[in-house]
Amino acid sequence: MYAMVQLVLIVVQFVMLLALAPFIVGVIRKVKARLQCRRGAGLLQPYADLAKLFRKQPVRSSTTSWIFTAAPYIVFASTVAAGLLMPVFLSHTPLNFAGNIIALVYLLALGTFFLILAGLDAGSAFGGMGSSREAIVATLAEPAMMLSILAIALTAGSTNLSTIVHQSALLEGVVLAPPAHLMALAAMFIVTLAETGRVPVDNPATHLELTMIHEAMLLEYSGRYLALMEWAAGIKLLVFLTLIVNVFAPWGIATSVAPLALVTGTAVYVVKVAGLAVVIGVIESMFAKLRLFRVPELLGAAFILALLALVFFYTLRG
Amino acid sequence: MFRIIKKSLATGVVTGQYPAAKAPSEPVSREAIEKAKPFRRSLTIREVDTGSCNACEMEMNALANPVYDVERFGVHIAASPRHTDALVVTGPVTVNMERALKDAYKQTPDPKLVIALGDCAINCGVFKGSYAVTGPVERHIPVDVRIAGCPPRPAEILAVLGELRKDRPNSDR
Repeated sequence: MYAMVQLVLIVVQFVMLLALAPFIVGVIRKVKARLQCRRGAGLLQPYADLAKLFRKQPVRSSTTSWIFTAAPYIVFASTVAAGLLMPVFLSHTPLNFAGNIIALVYLLALGTFFLILAGLDAGSAFGGMGSSREAIVATLAEPAMMLSILAIALTAGSTNLSTIVHQSALLEGVVLAPPAHLMALAAMFIVTLAETGRVPVDNPATHLELTMIHEAMLLEYSGRYLALMEWAAGIKLLVFLTLIVNVFAPWGIATSVAPLALVTGTAVYVVKVAGLAVVIGVIESMFAKLRLFRVPELLGAAFILALLALVFFYTLRG
Repeated sequence: MFRIIKKSLATGVVTGQYPAAKAPSEPVSREAIEKAKPFRRSLTIREVDTGSCNACEMEMNALANPVYDVERFGVHIAASPRHTDALVVTGPVTVNMERALKDAYKQTPDPKLVIALGDCAINCGVFKGSYAVTGPVERHIPVDVRIAGCPPRPAEILAVLGELRKDRPNSDR
């Protein structure tokens, strides 16, 4: 019975990540459209886009190797695996034993690595440019992300995500170390914008190859490969949003497998993630994209914030 | 920063505030509507300029602005032919762009549509007979939809794209 429940919970979390990711992308696009005085596409448009791409016949360049065809599957699988390691609507993830928050970060890094290789594989100028830029952003974002996670792990006394989320959820809104938490949250938010290719760092709506980072690596892809890559990008965004929502504001998340708690946990989770998507949409409308050479400054600021979070944790511990 | 947000909230949605389109001179063929069936809810366009005077490009640009807002119909404009469902070709095919057009067509994944936009793409327009022009788009790749005009108005382009999204073609044709 216990094993059955756990299995069902894993499947539900898996389906939820896959199903919710295009919706979040749709919410961001809708907010941006409204702030540009446009009506914009419907919230379900990303689903239609994915369905269409899966029905198309992919084109492959004759100069590409197995990496080009394998990369979409690896990127998709590693992103989904990362999503399964973290608490989504229930503070005790069934797959909790499989890895802690560091495993999650490096599963995402594995996807980024193969994305970079795929961008290089076809040998086109724009793909290589996108790959080199993605490598810069990824290497600069990683230390900031690890430090902010470390600050949270120290306050919770564990690197296990379920433990962190469960502890702060039971506190009902009382944060153990508010300054450290706020600093880590700010750092994590900047890292999220950088890692998921949102506006101050990259523009997901750009058509100009020279300004692209993430999109430039996908220029060679078509059909189902492109669909998998775009879906994976959506899931990655959802994973980061979930991480922020559940680690920094886990109130309302289900702390037991009681049916009522699960239902409210799911509802609260969807509302929180959609709210964060609206915030990202507003930010994308308010800021211009940063010049590429200023991106390290932004990520440096994130790193400093995360470092301050650590310092605050040690100095304010009393 | 906040001024932008305040202004756009005060302005409200301006989509749809444009004069109605004239009826297209050439109706969209039944085969084209049939071919566009997989793209009714989502269509990605790649613009191929084979030597146009840029008037058609400006009208295409206008499609993406808040007034015409082509995105509300699920139409995107892509940066790569590999992402594309429909190639929109503008201008007469010049000697230098002939190969590029054929390459772009080859790199577009099946099923695909080709839309000839503007008089030049349909019959070379004012450039007919020039030594630099190798003929209309049709001579090089199969064309499914023609949108006449020099240049066609954005509302007319929208009307044709709307025609392609129709569930069943008008029975009187």
